Amino acid sequence: MNIVACVKQVPDTWAEKKLRPDTKTLDRESVDAVLNELDEYAVEEALRQQEAHGGTVTILTMGPAKALQTVRKALSMGADAAVQVTDDGLAGSCAIGTARVLAAAIGTLDADLVIFGSEATDARTGVVPALVAAVLGRPQLTLAAKVEVDGTTIRINRITDTGYDVVEAQLPAVVSVVEKTNEPRYPSFKGIMAAKSKPLTTLSLADLGIDPASVGGAGATTEVREYADRPARGAGEIVTDGGDGAAKLAEFLHTRKFL
Amino acid sequence: MAEVLVLVEHADGDVKKVTLELLTKARDFGEPSAVFVGAGYPDAQAVLAEYGAAKVYVAEGADVTAHVGAAAEVLAAVVESAHPVAVFCASSASSRETAAVAAYKTGGGLLTDVVDVEEGLVARQDVFGGATVVKSAVTAGTPFLCVRPNALTATPAPAESVREDVTVSLPEAVNAAKIVESVNEVKSGRPELTEASIIVSGGRGMGSADNFAIVEELADALGAAVGASRAATDAGWYPHQMQVGQTGKTVSPQLYIAVGISGAIQHRAGMQTSKTIVVINKDAEAPIFELADFGVVGDLFNVVPALTAEVKSRQA
Ligand SMILES: Cc1cc2nc3c(=O)[nH]c(=O)nc-3n(C[C@H](O)[C@H](O)[C@H](O)COP(=O)(O)OP(=O)(O)OC[C@H]3O[C@@H](n4cnc5c(N)ncnc54)[C@H](O)[C@@H]3O)c2cc1C
Ligand SMILES: Nc1ncnc2c1ncn2[C@@H]1O[C@H](COP(=O)(O)O)[C@@H](O)[C@H]1O
Repeated sequence: MNIVACVKQVPDTWAEKKLRPDTKTLDRESVDAVLNELDEYAVEEALRQQEAHGGTVTILTMGPAKALQTVRKALSMGADAAVQVTDDGLAGSCAIGTARVLAAAIGTLDADLVIFGSEATDARTGVVPALVAAVLGRPQLTLAAKVEVDGTTIRINRITDTGYDVVEAQLPAVVSVVEKTNEPRYPSFKGIMAAKSKPLTTLSLADLGIDPASVGGAGATTEVREYADRPARGAGEIVTDGGDGAAKLAEFLHTRKFL
Repeated sequence: MAEVLVLVEHADGDVKKVTLELLTKARDFGEPSAVFVGAGYPDAQAVLAEYGAAKVYVAEGADVTAHVGAAAEVLAAVVESAHPVAVFCASSASSRETAAVAAYKTGGGLLTDVVDVEEGLVARQDVFGGATVVKSAVTAGTPFLCVRPNALTATPAPAESVREDVTVSLPEAVNAAKIVESVNEVKSGRPELTEASIIVSGGRGMGSADNFAIVEELADALGAAVGASRAATDAGWYPHQMQVGQTGKTVSPQLYIAVGISGAIQHRAGMQTSKTIVVINKDAEAPIFELADFGVVGDLFNVVPALTAEVKSRQA
């Protein structure tokens, strides 16, 4: 079974941001870009399915040249090869543009199963997997808490507000996984060394036959008009419980009209 | 008058509050029409009319209820025939998917996690955990705006709802994704997390599933919903549908009470736009205190039951 796992490089939002001592401005170099946490679950699921059913695992990413670090991390977990779509025309892509590009790239790979994370932590839209399924015309098995493949049949537990739906389809299919699916492995030292020599293909928009006007900022269907930082939350009142903590808290709730 | 479509969020006809919020907002931009996909329309009819749906497009039957992706086909078909000025959906995981695919199929554009819609269909979004306010617009085709539950206010404006049935033929790929079983795990009489105006959440500090009774009791005294951190859902102490955070629900209630939760960035991502935040934690260094409007450093096993008693006595 040939599996493609899609991963995105995102800014490490939880990194401590530092000032540069010389300029006293934000040191952007120190804010790391990382593999989207949820995509580690996608890579893990791909590797587990490969362990059970054989075949290959190919990592696919769309992003700038430096996204190669992210690809390396995914390869070091144990994937076989990687494809990176990179092109100056891609900057500013909206979710629909991203899905068109990923779908075109998947079209060049002979994939039985495409696995996504459920959401990228930077934009938090969570729609790219469903869009790719729609563009490719393959069954959309998204938001999976469990994935089972049996021959050419694939079955997932799709999370819902109140529980889950068991959804069944035939391969080829498109899956996205939530973080309840598995526990991603840490890359081993051997894996990290091996990742350096694994095959990596780079594709441009021209290689994929995509019109640059249809993607990137040029083809984006949305635009940011303005933005502003909101004042930080004011410091709250903190009390140490000496037996009266609950009473003080109740009084606070009363002043805020909750009681 | 031009139509504004509202995709109805419901469980077998039990309409979610967010739909009423969307119908209310839709009136600012045109005539609200609802799109109802699935079973249970007879139960939904009255409330949709009460909140001003002049028309309801209904797609029911096994075809649309039993396939992942069918709702997007229905929504796209209605957009093609009704030419609405905009489509409003809830920013829930599955409705975002539906809106995105329908936008793609009809040449529209999508914005998610919207907290308000202003003149000219400009969408306000709170990003980076509420630290930055962004105003965005769709620049191509029909705007599909996915709005966060609890961000808008619902007010009734009764209309004569006219029903219009919609039938679609599903593409092969949608037909192939069959829902073979639906499992319901959560049954509680409490308010739904994303709709609740008060939420009491428990974390690893609760120590066990049984101890969640302590937060449930406080929640019931306040008429609140109960949430949990991932540490608590992963341990099996509380259902994962109740998880708040990055990979759980995004909530912004009037009051959020975090009990025995440290405040990891992934938890904060789901709750830091709450209007008032209260923290109970025995570790004064826990990062969740940075968000607190009021915090108690103390043992939750003392503070929470005492608070529940206070609440009950003040209400008596
Ligand atoms: C991809 C990914 C997605 C994630 N998504 C989410 C998500 O959606 N939601 C989420 O919550 N987390 C999420 N996490 C997990 C997150 O990183 C934290 O691990 C988790 O939030 C910790 O939960 P906690 O605060 O309950 O536990 P802990 O961090 O262990 O904190 C427990 C707190 O309880 C306090 N405590 C203990 N005993 C008592 C007592 N008797 N009285 C008072 N206080 C007490 C302690 O002082 C401590 O501060 C995600 C992680 C990853 C990698
Ligand atoms: N640029 C990208 N390259 C590869 N995969 C992506 C990219 N953007 C999104 N994805 C995948 O789509 C999932 C959902 O992302 P999103 O819809 O942007 O929240 C992610 O978890 C990734 O698996």
